[in-house]
Amino acid sequence: MEILFNPVRLLLATAKDVVPVLALLVFFQMVVLRQPIPRPRRIVFGFFLVLVGMACFLGGLDLALFPVGRSMAKMLTENAGGGAVSWTAYGWVYLFAFMVGFSTTIAEPSLIAVANKAQEASKRTVSAMGLRVAVALGVAVGISLGTFRIVTGTPLYLYILVGYSMVAIQTMVAPKVIVPLAYDSGGVTTSTVTVPLVTALGLGIASNVPDRSPILDGFGLIAFASLFPIISVLGYAQVAQWMIRRKG
Amino acid sequence: MAMSMLRQAVAALGTALLGSCRDLAPIVIVIAVFQGLILGQPLPEFFSIAMGLGLVVLGLALFVVGLDIGLFPLGETLAEEFARKGSLAWLLVFSFMLGSGTTVAEPALIAITREGALAVSEAGLIPGTQESIAGYALGVRLTVAVSVGVAIVIGVLRILRGWPLPYFILGGYGLVMLMTLFAPKEIIGLAYDLGGVTTSTVTVPLVTALGVGLARTIRGRDPLTDGFGLIALASLTPMIFVMVYGLVMH
Repeated sequence: MEILFNPVRLLLATAKDVVPVLALLVFFQMVVLRQPIPRPRRIVFGFFLVLVGMACFLGGLDLALFPVGRSMAKMLTENAGGGAVSWTAYGWVYLFAFMVGFSTTIAEPSLIAVANKAQEASKRTVSAMGLRVAVALGVAVGISLGTFRIVTGTPLYLYILVGYSMVAIQTMVAPKVIVPLAYDSGGVTTSTVTVPLVTALGLGIASNVPDRSPILDGFGLIAFASLFPIISVLGYAQVAQWMIRRKG
Repeated sequence: MAMSMLRQAVAALGTALLGSCRDLAPIVIVIAVFQGLILGQPLPEFFSIAMGLGLVVLGLALFVVGLDIGLFPLGETLAEEFARKGSLAWLLVFSFMLGSGTTVAEPALIAITREGALAVSEAGLIPGTQESIAGYALGVRLTVAVSVGVAIVIGVLRILRGWPLPYFILGGYGLVMLMTLFAPKEIIGLAYDLGGVTTSTVTVPLVTALGVGLARTIRGRDPLTDGFGLIALASLTPMIFVMVYGLVMH
């Protein structure tokens, strides 16, 4: 067995991500704006924690979650339906897609960061955990529907078209303050944890369902996962507003 | 000072560790339920999985604490300085470099453009040689990096001027729909997915801090209404730019 967890290699890989960003920030702060860096030791320590944290996180994912997730996606898609063409034979796959979408989104580091920032910027009128659950539900529904699309082979752009029309309508009626945050949650959800697992799921299904090509049908799940959180976060704000009105 | 900093960090880390245990719980439950009840199989290599989960919990906690004491404050200070000095040109240069610089080396982007180029060559749109596939992947990657840089520049201008975001987003997606009709079929799925993968774990918090910091410093802007929206633009422009790239190349 090859050694999966290699701390030195992981730290170097993370440093490649983090150090250029730090260098860019320091360069602009000191050379362009000619300002000192406030509490430099604290900030360097913070960046160090980010670096070590990301290395542990990615290493842990490789060690624990990705192999299990991938093999589960593979087993499920291989057994499901028994090569059946009817979309009803894939019930477990939709359920699995839903649960994977929800649980990976709750653990997504960039979403945690954005949700905390939103809670702070809104002076706590937006709850970080409420926002994350709304986003996770959106991703779950999106990915579940995305697997249904792969199984049925219906065209991607139809779903996207309907989804964005929905977003357009909600934008007009939802509370104005939530709109930018809702748009952002679409892009934030899909990163480190969600993408690898979801991609494996999509390719697994596309290669096991008859008449589907992994090339043409395997892509597109990420697009679903970016679209549906917008709808669910706008919906969350609409429900919250409605409940406040009903109380008041 | 170093001691109090350390003590604060340890306290914050304790809270963060509890938080990340809670964040990871759903994944553990999903795996247990599906592996045990539905697939009816015991977990392979229990020890390495337990160790991996421990690392994930620790890593998530360190990351969250590190953001709060390092990345967020520095990003916001920088945004405030830019707003105060009013050097628009430098702010836009910084925005472009932040967007494109952090995107071009993104591992998820490198992986997905390679797969995309392979799919395009199998469809016969480009020659199936090593060089042409690698060249195509690089072309898509650079296109995406430029498009994210442009997105952050537009988004920062929007915050400064107070333009409403929905025009950009809904107009942008209208454009995406329109281009879907003309772009080569093989590149559409790839282009749609690229919108989601471009924004990495370091970029997202930093870009958010930049937006919120700018909106907080400029009079008449609200951090919630005006500060967010940069990520949304950065997920939109890659779709448009990559479809244009597909149209030009084929």
